Amino acid sequence: MGTDPKHLEITLETQVESVNLAEEMCLRVAEAAGFGEDDCYKIGMSVREGVINAFHYGNQERPEKKIHLAVDLTGDKMIIHVLDEGTGFTLSNVPDPLAEENLLSTSGRGIFLMRAFMDEFDVVPGRTGGAEIVMAKKLPLQENPGTNGQGNKGATPPQGA
Amino acid sequence: MALRATHRDAGQSTVVDLSGKITLGEGSALLRKTVRGLLDEKRTHIVLNLADVDYIDSSGIGELVSGFTTVRSVGGELKLLHLTKRVHDILQITRLFTVFDVQNDESNAVRSFKP
Repeated sequence: MGTDPKHLEITLETQVESVNLAEEMCLRVAEAAGFGEDDCYKIGMSVREGVINAFHYGNQERPEKKIHLAVDLTGDKMIIHVLDEGTGFTLSNVPDPLAEENLLSTSGRGIFLMRAFMDEFDVVPGRTGGAEIVMAKKLPLQENPGTNGQGNKGATPPQGA
Repeated sequence: MALRATHRDAGQSTVVDLSGKITLGEGSALLRKTVRGLLDEKRTHIVLNLADVDYIDSSGIGELVSGFTTVRSVGGELKLLHLTKRVHDILQITRLFTVFDVQNDESNAVRSFKP
């Protein structure tokens, strides 16, 4: 995949199946963009958590509401937007799942995982009035393509020549 | 891959062999059903063998915690066995490694229950 900006957008139903669909779509984009296995896992998990958040907390599992997923590939990162049709929330009000009193909570770890797995993470007011999760992963550094299929090997003159 | 769960008796304990993903939907629901089914049968010493579980999301983590607290509430214990690297790392960063009794050897896990 080149460095031209690319944009993908999909509207998902508020249903459990959308979580897997969103993850699979973003995984394909991430793999095509050159991310390695570990980064793909982290991106896939973050998308999954973002859509679960929209499905459960944002849209309250109401089927008439939609989840809007967008992916942008810029020259240096993959940016993912997950927008719900709920009433929004303030990131600073989300309880810390690592706090002693929350350790045995059965929910509330999704935001934490997205923050841990992505390079950038924020929640902003969305155009629907709901919350928009915006998260990004830096693209892996790529060698300059050479004409001999050897990357940038030989691109610099031998030292000490 | 959908989650599969089978269980076998090991003395006074029950080992649940899980394989696949523990995620929102069927995976989490199957784990919940399995643990509650064992409690209904008065099997309160439970080892979850996660050797073939390489993926868990926040819903699956929540279900593990729910299983842990539910078993404890009836005086039992739930232990985890053979974590894969990814499940290990997730439990580490969420600090749940400090909550669960995590074992690497099945016979030790089975022996480690309080009588």
